[in-house]
Amino acid sequence: MIEVKDLHKGFGGQEVLKGISTKFHQGKTNLIIGQSGSGKTVFLKSLVGLHSIDKGEIYYDGERLASMNDDQRKSLRTEMGMVFQGNALFDSLTIEENVIFALGMFSDMTQDEMTERANFCLKRVNLENVNNKFPAELSGGMQKRVALARAIAFKPKYLFCDEPNSGLDPKTAIVIDNLIQEITQEYNITTVINTHDMNSVMEIGDHIIYIKYGIKEWEGSSEDILNTENESINDFVYSSELFRKIKAKL
Amino acid sequence: MFLTEGIRSLGKYFILLGKTFHKPENWREYRKALVRDLELLGLNSIGIVSIISLFVGAVVTIQTAYNLDDPLVPDYYIGIATRESIILEFSPTIICLILSGKVGSNIASTLGSMRVSEQIDALEVMGINPAAYLIMPKVIAMVFFNPLLIVISMFLGILGGYFAAEFAGVLAPVDYLQGIQSDFNPFYITYALIKTVVFSFIITTVSAYYGFYVKGGAIEVGINATKAVVSSSIAIIVANYVLTQILLV
Ligand SMILES: Nc1ncnc2c1ncn2[C@@H]1O[C@H](COP(=O)(O)OP(=O)(O)O)[C@@H](O)[C@H]1O
Ligand SMILES: [Mg+2]
Repeated sequence: MIEVKDLHKGFGGQEVLKGISTKFHQGKTNLIIGQSGSGKTVFLKSLVGLHSIDKGEIYYDGERLASMNDDQRKSLRTEMGMVFQGNALFDSLTIEENVIFALGMFSDMTQDEMTERANFCLKRVNLENVNNKFPAELSGGMQKRVALARAIAFKPKYLFCDEPNSGLDPKTAIVIDNLIQEITQEYNITTVINTHDMNSVMEIGDHIIYIKYGIKEWEGSSEDILNTENESINDFVYSSELFRKIKAKL
Repeated sequence: MFLTEGIRSLGKYFILLGKTFHKPENWREYRKALVRDLELLGLNSIGIVSIISLFVGAVVTIQTAYNLDDPLVPDYYIGIATRESIILEFSPTIICLILSGKVGSNIASTLGSMRVSEQIDALEVMGINPAAYLIMPKVIAMVFFNPLLIVISMFLGILGGYFAAEFAGVLAPVDYLQGIQSDFNPFYITYALIKTVVFSFIITTVSAYYGFYVKGGAIEVGINATKAVVSSSIAIIVANYVLTQILLV
């Protein structure tokens, strides 16, 4: 479980996150939703410690992130997997080398064992025969899937995905979403996903947090979201014509 | 304003050095990175350094010959002058300045692209110290390989002088050979290699600093690569003066 208390983060006097508190439970897909620019990426990066926060507390299974020394922080990080908004694959390494990077660094697996693990993770994201290609030789959707394979290679306890299906066609997007949910349940991971995609919300949103201008406006499940009276979230959910029409029909 | 900015940058540079020289998470992976960097930054520079050294050695010999065109000065002095110019200044300083352009811009733009595409963040989230993993192997590769490169440059520079004697006919090759063997002070080689080590450290760390802290996108990567070359060149020139004061005076 990850607990966040009153998280504040700004850049040069401009406050981006204005006091966010919530809990992310194990084995659940926790979704952060909100418009582009609302602070989702800043939130996720603050959560994993890539941004130092201005105020507030973050606890990983009861351990306060800010109180950890370098070694504790490093060992916590070996339990994290992260998919970045722009994939962040190492472009000088092959796909297989990307996927097993953390294993090579922190495990004592042999090369064969690592290759086997790479094949397993790549197969899990429906990729085959790409081991020796370089990231630049793959399409955007394939790169996303490699990024996910890399994030799960070391069997993380915490998985963070920043817009894992942005820029993908609707079909692949759903494949990725379902995959993340399956992995989350199968390995009992605490998963936090940033998205602005309502399809993902309906498909895999166990627990949803809606952020607007750096403030948590609403929190609930994907069932709650259809029945809430909260205007601000309804504005977001029914910003698309399609959803408005479906709601009218119901 | 300008001064506080400068002091802040210097502080950040030293903090980065502190993060860089840390115990590796895994020696095998760091060794792999070192081998990659030795090839990319070291072996790949041999070609250009060889060509430049040969030609500059030849030109220095021809110019010295014209300037010492005095019947009272024996011809073998030209050999001595060429040798001293190459060993003391051309090979360690000028070659390192060229390398600050070639290797420095490479380091700054590679690290800069990794920064803006979040690859450095990705390393950090994995629990890897990105400064140590990305920068330390480059520093070690340069600091150990460049002395070899500079020795090659010295040899080829002096050889270039010999070709000038042989083919341009500015002096008799025997005189040149006699010159390069006269009054040789071995400490000059030590002096040159000490300079090389210091300059190599400057090139890698200063360029790494500019690359590692890029903020923005492709344009900023380009701007910082340029800044890396300018700053490391200036730092080399200043260090050259200081080291010469200390070691030779
Ligand atoms: N490193 C940064 N420096 C300054 N401002 C930033 C930085 N990162 C994000 N911001 C600002 O924070 C706000 C939220 O950005 P972000 O979290 O990326 O939004 P999104 O919800 O689309 O992921 C934006 O206004 C952005 O300009
Ligand atoms: Mg974002």
